[in-house]
Parts: sequence; structure tokens; C-alpha cells
Amino acid sequence: MSDFTTWDILRNLLLAARWTVVLSVVSFVGGAIVGALLLFMRIGKGRAGPAFVKAYVEIFQGTPLLMQLFLAFFGLGLFGIDVPAWLAAGVALILWSAAFLTEIWRGCVEAIARGQWEASSSLGMGYVQQMRYVILPQALRIAVPPTVGFSVQVVKGTALTSIIGFVELSKAGTIVTNATFEPFKVYGIVALIYFCLCWPLSKSSQILERKLNVAHRNH
Amino acid sequence: MHYTFDFGWLLEYWPVLLKGIGITVELTLVGGVLGVSLGVACAWARALGPGWLRPIVTAYVEMIRNTPFLIQLFFIFFGLPALGIRMNELEAANLAMVINLGAYGCEIIRAGIQATPKGQFEAGASLGMSRIQTFWHVILIPALQRIWPALSSQIVIVMLGSAAVSQIAAEDLTFAANFIQSRTFRAFEAYFVTTLIYLALAVLLRQLLRGVGWTIFPRRGAASRAR
Repeated sequence: MSDFTTWDILRNLLLAARWTVVLSVVSFVGGAIVGALLLFMRIGKGRAGPAFVKAYVEIFQGTPLLMQLFLAFFGLGLFGIDVPAWLAAGVALILWSAAFLTEIWRGCVEAIARGQWEASSSLGMGYVQQMRYVILPQALRIAVPPTVGFSVQVVKGTALTSIIGFVELSKAGTIVTNATFEPFKVYGIVALIYFCLCWPLSKSSQILERKLNVAHRNH
Repeated sequence: MHYTFDFGWLLEYWPVLLKGIGITVELTLVGGVLGVSLGVACAWARALGPGWLRPIVTAYVEMIRNTPFLIQLFFIFFGLPALGIRMNELEAANLAMVINLGAYGCEIIRAGIQATPKGQFEAGASLGMSRIQTFWHVILIPALQRIWPALSSQIVIVMLGSAAVSQIAAEDLTFAANFIQSRTFRAFEAYFVTTLIYLALAVLLRQLLRGVGWTIFPRRGAASRAR
């Protein structure tokens, strides 16, 4: 049996952390795109669109992310394709993030005062113009802090993909523990790396929120 | 897609699922009650507690909120025995859930406490209430009522997050699904049924918490409904 120095452990964990970062970015960006599409369905006119998005959000927020990962992993397999773990992880995390982001953003759009809609329509603006020039610019401002805050949930969510066999930081932690028999040290370092990834995001979300409140008081 | 769905295994394995549901519910109840209590204690410490306690609680809250539940679980179950702290998988799962909800609950409850106007403290004191009475009746209960919806969603999130405890072999609902799929090779069906059960549990828990809210805060609830 060979010996492992703390540096060996740290280096391997950091190498694996790259995949945590990649998966987080892909899930967040993908989730944002799908979430934006869902948002337009949710706040648009008609009955089927909003009902669909409501059900979608209820299902993804009402079931464990781990189950969604399992269903993506085994569900995609039903189509006869050999599903790599990263694909199932990406698909599940994108759909999961989309559900939360669309709900966050809906709150932001609905926070815009009704008078703004009425004022813009009295100026003869159509739905698209109202959105483009009046509602979205204001909604985007209040959407930034909670959106940044949610990115922390995405980074933490990627830890669960280790369970379906995607090798990222958590999985690497388990592998390294099995080689070194030092779970206290290894999981401690893993937690610290996650903290270093997440804490700046949490903090900037708080700072953005404070800045925005200052801007709001001036209105 | 050439796949025939088969839910026949349900006939044989429903007791396994039932046992898993029992453990998940038990974890949620213990985690919910103790977690909220810890959250109240930490919120008090952060908002009104002694100066030396605040940085400790802040460090705890930030540490938990910025690391995944799975790693907290692994650290408690695999890491702590190195310090001589040993516990079985259910105790570890319970502890992890309490610590996790405690940190999130602290932030939510603190927001409620800080929204209390300063005059309320003084009003409580001028009525001759003790500090503890003031905290309980004037600050905590209205604060909890204010943030009860947010706290309820957090409890639901913790219940759903408890699916991860199957990874330290705590025999919860997800563990039951893993067991069934390894016996029947009906992975998709097993996880599909389990997901539906989780969805039902989440809906029920949300209703239950709403009911709890109405019973804990009856008078104010009635007043706001009358308005």
C-alpha cells in the first residue's frame, strides 16, 4: 500500500472539482434557457401554457433531485441508448434548475406593479413591446440577487450526481477515502472546496440584494 | 422504444416501500421538530445573543448553507468516528437533517425577528414582561408567524433532501427503491413509483404544515382572515 500526502489528496480533489464546476455551469445556463422559455409560457396568455408550467414546477419542486437523476438515468436508457452518467446528470439538473428559476423569475415579473402594464398598454404598446421596454428591464433588476443565490443550490445539487456515477468532487471524495482510509480529512477538504465555490456566490447575492434595496428606497 | 412496463412487483414489495415511507416520515418529523428548535436558538443567538456567540453561530450557518447535504452526511457518518464519535446510520441521518435545517431555519427565523419593530421590545418591557416573556410572546411567535410559509417550504426541501441518506444505508424510501430495483431489475418502474410517493408526501407535508400554522397562530390567523 502506498502512502498519500495531503497534497496528493488535495490535488486529486481539485482535479475532480473541475467537473463540479463544468456541470454546475452547464446546468445553470441550460436551466436558465429552459426556465426562460417556461417563464414566457407561464405569464403568457392562454390556458394550456400556464397550466403545464404549474404542473412542471410542482413535479420538479415536489420530488427529490436524487429521484429525478435516477429517472433520467434509467428513463433515457429505456430508449435503448447507453446513457453515460454525465448526460443523465446534465439533463436532470437542467430540468430541475429550470423549474426553480422559472418560479423565481415569475415572482419578479409579478412584483412589477400592475400600473406599469396598464400605463404601457395605454401608450399603445403590444405584449412584446411591453415586455421588452417596460416589464423585463425592471424585473431583471430584482431577479439578479435571487438568481445568483440559486446558483449555490445548483453547485450543491451536483453533489448528488455522484450517486449515479458521475465522477465529480463528491465521488472523488469517496474514491480517495477508499484509497486513503482518512474520511475525516478527505470529506473535510471536500466540504472546504464546496465552501470556496459556494460562499462567494452566496455573499455576492447578499451584497447585490443590499445594493438593490438602496436603489429601491430612492424611488 | 421496445420496453414493456411491469408494475407486478408492487404486489410483492409493497411492505418494503411502506417501511421506507415510515423511516422517511420519522426522519422528517424528528429533523423538522429538532431542526426548527435549533433554528430558533441560533436565530436568537444571532439577532439578540451575546457578542461572543454570534460569530460562532454565523460560521456554523455559513458552513452548512454552502456545502452539500450529502457531504455533511458523509462527514458525520464516515468522518466523525475518527474523533471517536460513532453513531448508527439512522442517528447520523437524523443529526445531519437537524444540523442542516437548523442552519437554514436560523436565517429564515432571524429575518422574521429582525422585521420586528424596535418599539415592540420596549413595549414588552414597559408592560413589565421579563426578557424571556418578551422574547417568546412579543418577538418569537409573531416572527414565526411572519416567516411560517418560508420555513414550511424549507422543511419540505429537507424532507426531499433526505433521499440522500440512503447513501449511508439508512433504510428510507430511496433505500427501498434501490433494494427493489436490485431484486426485480425494474429500475425505472421502482424509481417512478417512489417519485410519485415522494410527491404525495411533499403535498401532504405542505398541507400538514399549513394546518400546524393555523393551530399555532390561531388568533392572528383569524384576524387576518376576517380582514
